[in-house]
Amino acid sequence: MREITYEQAATEAIQEEFRRNPRTVHVSTDLPDDLRREFGADRIRVTPIAENSFVGASIGLAGSGFRTVANIRMATFGFVAMDQMMNHAAKITYMFGGQAKFPILYRMTVGAGISAAAEHSVSPYPMYMNAPGLKIILPATPYDAKGLFKTALRDNNPVVSFEHILLGGVKGEVPEHEYFVPFGQASIKREGTDLTVVALAKMVYDALEAAEEMAKEGMSLEVIDPRTLVPLDRETIIESVKKTGRLVVMDEACQTCGAAAEIIALVTADKAAFSRLKAAPARVCGLDVPVPFSPPMEKYAIPDKAKLMEAVRDVMRSAPPR
Amino acid sequence: MVLDKQGQIDLYTTMLTIRRFEERVAAEFYAGNIFGFIHSYIGQEAIAAGVCKHLSKEDRIVSHHRGHGHCIAKGADMRKMMAEIYGKKTGYCKGKGGSMHIADFSIGMLGADGIVGAGLPIAAGAAMAAQLEGTGKIAAVFFGDGACQEGEFHEALNLAAIWRLPLLFVCENNHYAVNAPVSYSLAAKEITKMPEAYHIPNRAIHGNDVEAVHQAADEAVSMLRRGEGPYFLECETYRWHKHFLSDWLEDLRPEEEIEAWAKKCPVAAFEAKLLGQKVLSCSDIERINKEVLRQVEEAHEFAIESPYPQPQDALEDVYST
Repeated sequence: MREITYEQAATEAIQEEFRRNPRTVHVSTDLPDDLRREFGADRIRVTPIAENSFVGASIGLAGSGFRTVANIRMATFGFVAMDQMMNHAAKITYMFGGQAKFPILYRMTVGAGISAAAEHSVSPYPMYMNAPGLKIILPATPYDAKGLFKTALRDNNPVVSFEHILLGGVKGEVPEHEYFVPFGQASIKREGTDLTVVALAKMVYDALEAAEEMAKEGMSLEVIDPRTLVPLDRETIIESVKKTGRLVVMDEACQTCGAAAEIIALVTADKAAFSRLKAAPARVCGLDVPVPFSPPMEKYAIPDKAKLMEAVRDVMRSAPPR
Repeated sequence: MVLDKQGQIDLYTTMLTIRRFEERVAAEFYAGNIFGFIHSYIGQEAIAAGVCKHLSKEDRIVSHHRGHGHCIAKGADMRKMMAEIYGKKTGYCKGKGGSMHIADFSIGMLGADGIVGAGLPIAAGAAMAAQLEGTGKIAAVFFGDGACQEGEFHEALNLAAIWRLPLLFVCENNHYAVNAPVSYSLAAKEITKMPEAYHIPNRAIHGNDVEAVHQAADEAVSMLRRGEGPYFLECETYRWHKHFLSDWLEDLRPEEEIEAWAKKCPVAAFEAKLLGQKVLSCSDIERINKEVLRQVEEAHEFAIESPYPQPQDALEDVYST
């Protein structure tokens, strides 16, 4: 199968859907050349540096029967548009009693690891999980980027796509035929029997590397990528933990009130899964600090394969909770 | 668009309908029958009536928390409005929005927005949709002097200007954001200097003169439909009630100012004019008033007789299918 990059896969999904549906527009502060050339300056608009204006305009477009892709670029810029995102995009379907649909795909990059310091490094999707009305996707592979975008571009709700900054250039197999990755369906990236690792975004790669190495030590890790956080595939995670009895969640976002906390809570609140736990679950998350600039500090602040392996060994050594 | 006699009567009827609707809402609120926040439009009726007279259902509007008047002028069903204000299942938003968030997408009313200024970027999007559709439709956004203090106001002006969006900015300058006078809050002493800076054609008019509003909006809407870009209309007016209806919110505006503006009542002024011009007789006015009151009563009855939502209805409509 052909291999293309994550960003190419995402762009391909947009191209396919924009060809299919003329009532689609793209707004962003940068110039997506490929799209502009094919679909023209009217539909592919470069916006002023004014995030609230185009995040809000997407809502007005949606309410007028247009589907918009709004590329906010870095998630830190997304904070500038929090009024439109949280007060409007998230609530408007509900507040107006469902009388209109708001099909919008908001894109933002997340993550650290490029010495960009705190104002250009953040993984804020847990905050968005706390805003009912938004759907949240977290594609980790080129295949999922295209398939989730295709689904997002047929969904009738505001969908926020968080894309790790280090994944844009990653290559992977992407079919040439049309396909969709449904929301709320986790991907079991590797099957295992001893411990379940739920990993998000770029951490999926770290978790798979860790699983490969630990297999040599005789430990069998199951690696799950939820792919979408809202909706979240609870069943796959719960079933996996019922099988392995152990859970480690790996996420680059800050630990406090994070997606990892939510995933651990849903497992431990499930009576059947709880009764099968052989050890207390653990999380390997970003430290609760703004992401620092200097490489030694930045590396220290975010999770990696070594930190995951340490946590896995610790959980494997733990006595049962009772 | 020349305002003929029927046009004048329509404007008068719309203003009177808004007035009677808002009077009823206020009476029911102070009687303890309505909960939440009600931002009364009384005193500003000429603006909604004068502008919306030029709009069809295909044109889209966005309003803010003082939005009842815009809904009525755009042709919303008062029964569903009143039901929403009462939190009933039959309301426009099934009781999920209330007074501050009435919308009717079927008539191009894209919603009232409770965050000051936030409707402006949304309206810019509606205008962009109109521009892309290319059929001469336009969008209009109603907001107050308070919104002019928000960053989103400037962002929307800039966006509309650089994209030449068919967006009519209707600033209802009632001089106060809650109790803070705009003369204090806004460094620009003339609001129109701001659209001017963005090269948006603009005009300031007396917003309590419905014919002046109608005429200015006529010129503006014609320009918009010709694709000449956005237009900014500042309408000077005054709200009669406090920022929102309340037993506890203070009204710090000078009493003499409130009284002076009460004498500039847009409904009474136009009524006197139509009587003077013999467009309407006293008995005509009585008849119109009676009919308006009947409609308001019918809307109220509908709201009262409608059921409340079930508690678990709270779980519906978070997402669209």
